Amino acid sequence: MATDAYVFDAIRTPRGKGKKDGSLNEVKPVDLVANLMKALEERNPGLKTSEIDDIVLGIVSPVADQGAVLPKTAAMKAGWDTKVAGVQINRFCASGLETVNMAAQKVASGWEDLVVCGGVESMSRVPMGSDGGAWAMDPKTNLETDFIPQGIGADLIATIEGFSREDVDTYAANSQKKAAAARANGYFNKSIVPVKDMNGLTILAEDEFIREGTTAEGLSGLNPSFQMMGEMGFNAIALQKYHMVEKINHVHTPGNSSGIVDGASLLLIGSKSKGEELGLKPRARILSTAVTSTDATIMLTGPGPASDKALAKAGLTYDDIDLFEVNEAFASVVMRFMKDTGVPEEKINVNGGSIAMGHPLGATGGIIVGTVIDELERRGLKRGLCTLCVGGGMGIATVVELV
Amino acid sequence: MSEAIRYEKDSDNIVLLTMDMPGQSANTMNATYVEAMGATVERLEKEENLAGVVLTSAKSTFFAGGDLNDLVKVQQEDAEELSKGGEILKGQLRRLEQIKAPVVAAVNGAALGGGYEICLATNYRIAINNPKTKIGLPEVTLGLLPGGGGVVRLTRLLGLEKALPFLLEGKQVNPEKAVKAGLIDALADDQEDMIAKARQWCKDNTSAQQPWDTRGYKVPGGVPSHPALAQKLPIIPAMLKSKTKGCYPAPEAILSAAVEGLQVDFDTAIRIEGRYFVSLVTGQVAKNMITAFFFQLQDISKGKSRPEGVEKSKCEKVGILGAGMMGAGIAYSSAMSGISVVLKDVSAENAEKGKAYSESLLKKRVSRGQMTQDKADTVLARITPTANAEDLSGCDLVIEAVFEKRELKAQVTKEAEAHMLETGVMASNTSSLPISGLAEASVRPSNFIGLHFFSPVDKMPLVEIICGKETSKEALAKSIDYCLQIKKTPIVVNDARGFFTTRVIGTYVNEGIGMLEEGLHPRSIETAAELAGFPVSTLAISDELNFTTMRNIRLAAEADLATEGQELPESSSTSVLNKMIDDFDRSGKLAGKGFYDYPEKGKKVLWPGLKDAFGGDKEIPFEDMKERFMFVQSLETIRCMDEGVIESIADANIGSIMGIGFPPWTGGVVQYINGYGLRKFVARAQELAAKYGDRFLPPASLVEKAENEETY
Repeated sequence: MATDAYVFDAIRTPRGKGKKDGSLNEVKPVDLVANLMKALEERNPGLKTSEIDDIVLGIVSPVADQGAVLPKTAAMKAGWDTKVAGVQINRFCASGLETVNMAAQKVASGWEDLVVCGGVESMSRVPMGSDGGAWAMDPKTNLETDFIPQGIGADLIATIEGFSREDVDTYAANSQKKAAAARANGYFNKSIVPVKDMNGLTILAEDEFIREGTTAEGLSGLNPSFQMMGEMGFNAIALQKYHMVEKINHVHTPGNSSGIVDGASLLLIGSKSKGEELGLKPRARILSTAVTSTDATIMLTGPGPASDKALAKAGLTYDDIDLFEVNEAFASVVMRFMKDTGVPEEKINVNGGSIAMGHPLGATGGIIVGTVIDELERRGLKRGLCTLCVGGGMGIATVVELV
Repeated sequence: MSEAIRYEKDSDNIVLLTMDMPGQSANTMNATYVEAMGATVERLEKEENLAGVVLTSAKSTFFAGGDLNDLVKVQQEDAEELSKGGEILKGQLRRLEQIKAPVVAAVNGAALGGGYEICLATNYRIAINNPKTKIGLPEVTLGLLPGGGGVVRLTRLLGLEKALPFLLEGKQVNPEKAVKAGLIDALADDQEDMIAKARQWCKDNTSAQQPWDTRGYKVPGGVPSHPALAQKLPIIPAMLKSKTKGCYPAPEAILSAAVEGLQVDFDTAIRIEGRYFVSLVTGQVAKNMITAFFFQLQDISKGKSRPEGVEKSKCEKVGILGAGMMGAGIAYSSAMSGISVVLKDVSAENAEKGKAYSESLLKKRVSRGQMTQDKADTVLARITPTANAEDLSGCDLVIEAVFEKRELKAQVTKEAEAHMLETGVMASNTSSLPISGLAEASVRPSNFIGLHFFSPVDKMPLVEIICGKETSKEALAKSIDYCLQIKKTPIVVNDARGFFTTRVIGTYVNEGIGMLEEGLHPRSIETAAELAGFPVSTLAISDELNFTTMRNIRLAAEADLATEGQELPESSSTSVLNKMIDDFDRSGKLAGKGFYDYPEKGKKVLWPGLKDAFGGDKEIPFEDMKERFMFVQSLETIRCMDEGVIESIADANIGSIMGIGFPPWTGGVVQYINGYGLRKFVARAQELAAKYGDRFLPPASLVEKAENEETY
């Protein structure tokens, strides 16, 4: 790499329940971001926004409240320097982490020196699928690509790997337990910036989606989410490809899948020299990034191959990584990752994940980079790897190392 | 002015257009039509003070649709010409519906396909309320889509969700139901009433306009971007493909054209529809389906295999021996067609039970409103259950449907022949016993024939007619006449072990069971058959056939051949069936356990023990699995043709689809070879033979045909 890319700061909003009765439903996504922008300035007194080359934010449904290049709009709202450019990108659930990777690549290339990245998703205001798209909505494309929703893929993974309903519920309950403990112990305080109104009154200060006291037994009563749509036709499509599978075991429910929430994340990434110039303290270095893709039908098996690729690029092995953040899109995704890579559960999502705290699509990638850096610092460890499964079968990974 | 569309203007300035294509029994969408419609529209456009247009037909039907003779010949390189032709045709209809006067379709008879598309290009549709008149867009059943604006107009008229069943399933309805569904606007009592009503409508609706040309028109149920519809869109293709298995391009093209068409303006939508139409017409599946389901089926229903020079006959009284499942079904089908039936069994009680089957079917029809109680009573009264052979007197046809035992069949044959008409035909409904052998029991072997019905008889359209060595052409002709009389589709084969259908389906069953023995995954075997388009997968069908029965048939065949000093070739399924029956005590669906388990609640599931019993972890290319099922049957058919078991290609194609579930998209077991391409087929067969065994070796006759660039 020509230039090393450093993370100077990583912040996020708390995650609000992504429905009408969620605390952040009243907050426009542009404000979720603008408020974080202001906080970034406050936390980093040396930061001159005129020195920021670009703002790259992940937004999975960039329409309506989230349309029209929200990053630039938010920068204007936050009063950032006119010179700062902005762009919104979408790589489904990987959008947030993709912006981290892009920021790192921009810096590493030497063509830009300071980049803000992260993402936002107000799923209560702009529901999943609001952006349409040919894959699902155009019959010809849908037929040619054998479109099926992710949940069917998650259930297919569980079926093939033999993960029972009890297995995935146990995993989910554990995520809740870890998240609740982390919140209680204040492990997220370093990066959470409370969302406040125009009068300075707090709207939401902590993640509100976590359900403390969740047990596997309690989760076992929930109805499977994808059984009905599966039986209407999607299962048949999946089994036309996975022809050795007798029938799909629908194990995923709202209780063991990622939660629908509102939230945003921002990271400040730049070169060492730009950091020194502005008096910014580097916290971590991005060692490598990777994207890849696997079969689009099963769709959610990308994290293993993407992590393999990122580690190879960094010249590291799984043993060199102290902590992993594997996005909990569905319980079976993380369980399959463990099976693929041999990484023990003790190293993965140690403070819980999206099952407990929710997955604000465009923001999550940025959030988990902050989470892993915070935890590496707290535990005095060195390296972390973040990875997500992605629509279309894609996978993404990023390796970070504390400075 | 062409005489194909007569043009008469009345004193009210309303023009009556009467379609009456010369030299044809029905109006069709051919060159004559295009020329006449072009001239008509031009004249209407120039007409001064035009107050209305009423379009009707002088034939018994309104309009029959596209000309399939033309369409079936179209090749890839004709795409441009075809699409230009389509634009002319659709341009005329577009101009017709935009004439500055009300345009009414007066639907005097059937309006199917192109015929109904013409109706859609008018402002108002009145039909004579004749319950036998059919209205709809059946193009999909021939692998096509309504390419005359039918997809675009129907989706705009009814909305996507209401239009799709008519477009995707080709559903045909009578005028009363058509009004309910919104396909027709009003009913009339007769021709005169209809024309009067049409004229009146013109007078009452002087500013009539098509909904889609009306400002602010909202398609019922909304366009695809409407949230209510958008939310359903992603699963509609999956629902479709879970049924079609991806074998049928037409419904996929229809769905695509329908949804895409609703996202753009009318004229753009028409172009999109046209592109999909051309892709279907130039494709192989439409050719396969038109060949089989239109031309070849038509040949069969016209009695193409019927010997010439024999006077047409009508069966008045049929005797049926054995009132079991088959006999009861044949009795029902015969009575439904007005034939008196003597249903004989060993006891009056058994015979009554057989009659009760018809009673239950008729009850269903009445409860569904498909038949009046009076009519049902009349049909039922035609069936006379009896235990007395003397009641067979006067029968001009007797069909025995007793157990597959030679002695029993011989006995009932003798008994029947003693009472039935001497000129009558004695038929056996055997599915496997050679007819010439059974005929030995007959006093009139020239009148003896095989009539192989399929179960359930009331649903299965096919009858396999088997000529024995001595069967006369009169007996064959009478049998064909009878089959057509009871609205069945007869195919004619010669006497040989398994005849045609049983022999060919046997290869399918053996192939599937053989794959199990090879150690392939049982679920993959089933999925491969399903994805190839077979309505019933191979292990499932084996369960239905019953392992013990299959083994007995094989043992009987072995014994038969042994007396002739021959040996039955080894079959890979033998050891699997022996193992299933003897080691695992599983003999099929009847026993509740075969290759599948049959739980009391829910669907059948493959027996989990299959993997331990036969492996199930070996893999071969999935495409090989799919094609083995097709090839093995097509190749066996060619052998049947070589041996003279079956002579008509139409009979082989239709017989394979309607009798033994060969995938309809192929156009049948022989058309599949044509569609594959003979040279390619031969090369692939040789490849499969090298990999999986000599049964895939292409017969010399096929190789020769391929080398001569011929087709079947």
